[in-house]
Amino acid sequence: MRIRSTRFGRMGAVAACAALVLSSCGGSSIEKQTKQNEDKAAAAGGECGELNMAINPWVGYEADAYVVGAVAESELGCTVTYKDLKEDVSWQGFGTGEVDVVIEDWGHPALEQTFFEGSGDGTATDLGPTGNVGIIGWYVPPWLAKAHPDILDYKNLNKYADEFATSESGGKGQFLGSDPSYVQFDEAIVSNLDLNFKVVFSGSEAASIEAFQKAEAKKEFLIGYFYEPQWLFADLPLEKVALPPYSEDCPVAPAKVACDYAETVLKKIGSTEWADSDSTAVDLVKNFEWTNEDQNVVAKYISEDKMDPEDAAKKWVAENPDKVDAWLS
Amino acid sequence: MSTATRERPPETDTGSAPERVRTPIPRWAMAFAVVAVWVVIWYFTKGRDTLVLPGREHTELHNSLTQFRDSVIAGRDSNVFMQITTVIADGLRAGVDWLQRMLSIPNLPRPVPEIGWLGVAAIATWVGYAIATWRIAILVGASFLSFGLLGFWQDSIDLLIITLVAVTVAVIIGLPLAVWIGTSKWANTALSSVLDLMQTMPTFVYLLPIVLFFGIGASGAVVATLIYALPPLIRIAGHGIRSVSPTTIEATDSAGQSAWQRLTKVQLPMARKTIIVGLNQTTMAALSMATIASFVDGPGLGQPVLDGLKINDVGTAFVPGLLIVVLAVMLDRTTTAASERAENLARSGGGNVKRRRLVLAIAGVAALALVYASRYFAWAAEFPELSFGSKLASASDKATTWVTDTFGGFTAGLKDEITFSLLNPLESLLADSPWWLAGSAIAAIAFVVGGRRALTPTLICLTGIYFLDLWHDAMITLTMTLVATVMVMILAVVFGVWMARSRRMDLALRPLLDAGQTIPPFVYLIPVLALFEPTRFTAIVAGVIYAGPAAIKLVADGVKAVSPTTIEASRSSGATTWQEITKVQLPMSRSSLVLATNQGLLYVLAMAVIGGMVGAGALGYDVVLGFSRSEEWGKGMAAGATIVLLGIMLDRIARAAAASDR
Repeated sequence: MRIRSTRFGRMGAVAACAALVLSSCGGSSIEKQTKQNEDKAAAAGGECGELNMAINPWVGYEADAYVVGAVAESELGCTVTYKDLKEDVSWQGFGTGEVDVVIEDWGHPALEQTFFEGSGDGTATDLGPTGNVGIIGWYVPPWLAKAHPDILDYKNLNKYADEFATSESGGKGQFLGSDPSYVQFDEAIVSNLDLNFKVVFSGSEAASIEAFQKAEAKKEFLIGYFYEPQWLFADLPLEKVALPPYSEDCPVAPAKVACDYAETVLKKIGSTEWADSDSTAVDLVKNFEWTNEDQNVVAKYISEDKMDPEDAAKKWVAENPDKVDAWLS
Repeated sequence: MSTATRERPPETDTGSAPERVRTPIPRWAMAFAVVAVWVVIWYFTKGRDTLVLPGREHTELHNSLTQFRDSVIAGRDSNVFMQITTVIADGLRAGVDWLQRMLSIPNLPRPVPEIGWLGVAAIATWVGYAIATWRIAILVGASFLSFGLLGFWQDSIDLLIITLVAVTVAVIIGLPLAVWIGTSKWANTALSSVLDLMQTMPTFVYLLPIVLFFGIGASGAVVATLIYALPPLIRIAGHGIRSVSPTTIEATDSAGQSAWQRLTKVQLPMARKTIIVGLNQTTMAALSMATIASFVDGPGLGQPVLDGLKINDVGTAFVPGLLIVVLAVMLDRTTTAASERAENLARSGGGNVKRRRLVLAIAGVAALALVYASRYFAWAAEFPELSFGSKLASASDKATTWVTDTFGGFTAGLKDEITFSLLNPLESLLADSPWWLAGSAIAAIAFVVGGRRALTPTLICLTGIYFLDLWHDAMITLTMTLVATVMVMILAVVFGVWMARSRRMDLALRPLLDAGQTIPPFVYLIPVLALFEPTRFTAIVAGVIYAGPAAIKLVADGVKAVSPTTIEASRSSGATTWQEITKVQLPMSRSSLVLATNQGLLYVLAMAVIGGMVGAGALGYDVVLGFSRSEEWGKGMAAGATIVLLGIMLDRIARAAAASDR
């Protein structure tokens, strides 16, 4: 034990020396940049302050978040912090001040009930639509739609059920359900429309994408839950299968659903406390609106061209000054 | 991936087994009879009372669990416990943030951290030499260089910081508890089931509550890591303290020492080596939480791994995954070497102390010079951007594409073969049986193989599973776990014996096994999916990749430990190699085989959640669902508890079977 303690003593002494040296020096180019940063911080002022942006785990979300973040940083001088979080965790963060904005929300009735004013504790607030429209539905790979065009009508699906069978589907056709994060009524739709299919959950977005890519490459039968806007459409334009169209008359109870998914207006959610503050970024987030095509461009930079999300956003911002200006007015 | 009982010390181990007493009816025959009766009744009753709950539906019980969670959220401002956790969280966050600004992120207004990469690498290398050997110093230096060369300097250091903070807290909490369970039998029994729970409960279940109490980011990440990483230290160190020879204690007691003196002068020093093994295991467990922690914005290499998953790009995930392996190997070898050195020093006083001190001092001055440089020069402060990382990423991407294109047809065939011939029939027997049939059959088999010691826990666990309302899913998960464990044991016996018999094979395989154990499953998920599609079989393959290495190592070490004299004897009697393996080496290492099976089961079960993400459905899917959708939290919680019960049940049956086998 003795040897040990002296060794630790020695390490302590060395650490003390290190601290002395550290406190007494700076550096040439590093020093210059430190000066610049100090000046910048002084000039920026407190108008925007900090912006805590949740990053939910899909590329389309990243596109929105980093574009807004890039504009906030360059035009308003905000300090933007991106936080990789799932949806539920993000919403919890509104109340503690750890999250200011969720920039693309696909609809979470349960979370709204817990956190919106009225039914919940009022820590979260709706900041308006992003301009993107989510189209959820049943999709097949393009080769299949081309080879069997009648497959795009749900009434003909039973005819092909055998072709869709896999080792998982117990003799029926397989319908590939998706990541549990998404709203899905497919089990109900299958049974209410008397389709000879079994829902098998892929369990994650990655697994679903991999399955569609493989089905297209190998010309295999596959039908599953998917949605637009999504970066995959850039190189694999999946075809949507027509279900009985959605209308106000469709049953609401999840077990009774027998028609297509409603179009989802994607919206921005903010922390109430932050939205009521005088940060200049609040108006930017409220004004932010763009189209599915816009998002697809940025999503393609990130997923296909493997660009860093920050660089991808900067590129789009530089290419679209008019749209950006509209958000700032 | 997040849960398993690591390296539990074997309960009983007597080396050579005594002559077996012949029972009138062999146990395998009785087990076979139970299965035969089961199949007959199944044939007439299948499909009835199977308690199926569709994927997106839940029950009253699940709802009330969710409501309980909601009431905790609603009362978070007035909750006393939460006020305490907030203070702890602030402390953790401040500590991690300070370390980050020192070592990894710009300490604004400085554009770089206080100590640049060169300084950090130099200090780490010096520490490697100081606590171990120059070889370790080289390993540490090379590892740190690889962080920068592959373009993940900041994320690597962040992960190192989170791991070190979590391990430090684990030592502060864990050592006193280890002493407690090491010195009190009562404490050992009481804590043991809590530790079981901490290790088998899927992380996704408690990730949301942790965020609720400890917040997003570093604090939540450290606490989540801590819960999973703490048990090995307590278990192994406690075991070490308990097994200090009673003669030594008696001898020193007779000299009239106090309990405190006995602890600090005898028990702790004598158990030092085991304690360090526990520390080593805790560190490895902490690293395996890297990716999970980034689901709550924990800093580190987990985030780029998940980024790769977002865009389905193997290469993007592979490089940071590889660096997690580098980090794990570095920490493992360093702690092991440090404990060996401490052992040698305690025994012999070490070699040339004077010379070593001189070298240390000189190296220390050199390291300080580099630290100084890293504060002053930009090139030493920020790692230059190089293209090695992206080249390696695209190379690994190409390699994966080639593998999946070349073997895709073969693997799909293999998947269908095993699914139709083994998985589906077994699943039908377990999951399509009425619950009362499957339950009684499992209990009967438990009784046959393990006697009453196995029956009681089995009945308790089955009752619990029944009341958690996820019986059907539990049976599907159980099927996959059993099939995967059979595959793990086949691999373990083949490669374990091979490694034990051939030193070259051992040297070649060990690093691969280390990598298999520490690489985050999220890295190989995409290629495995490409080979086997989103299916139960994919989940089984992921489980085998994760559980295989541990089981292979255990079997290899067990077979190696068979006394050479016994083998000599069998050789001189003219046994063939095959006979030598099947009649001598395997039977003699039976206790390691049992331990390997037990660990294999638990490791495979730990991958149930990952399985849910690749198309296996069942309990794993339920857990992920609970984590992903607020209104389903109760169902996820119930699924997590069911996984725990399955794990405890399998563990107790295996242990009872092993015990009554002698």
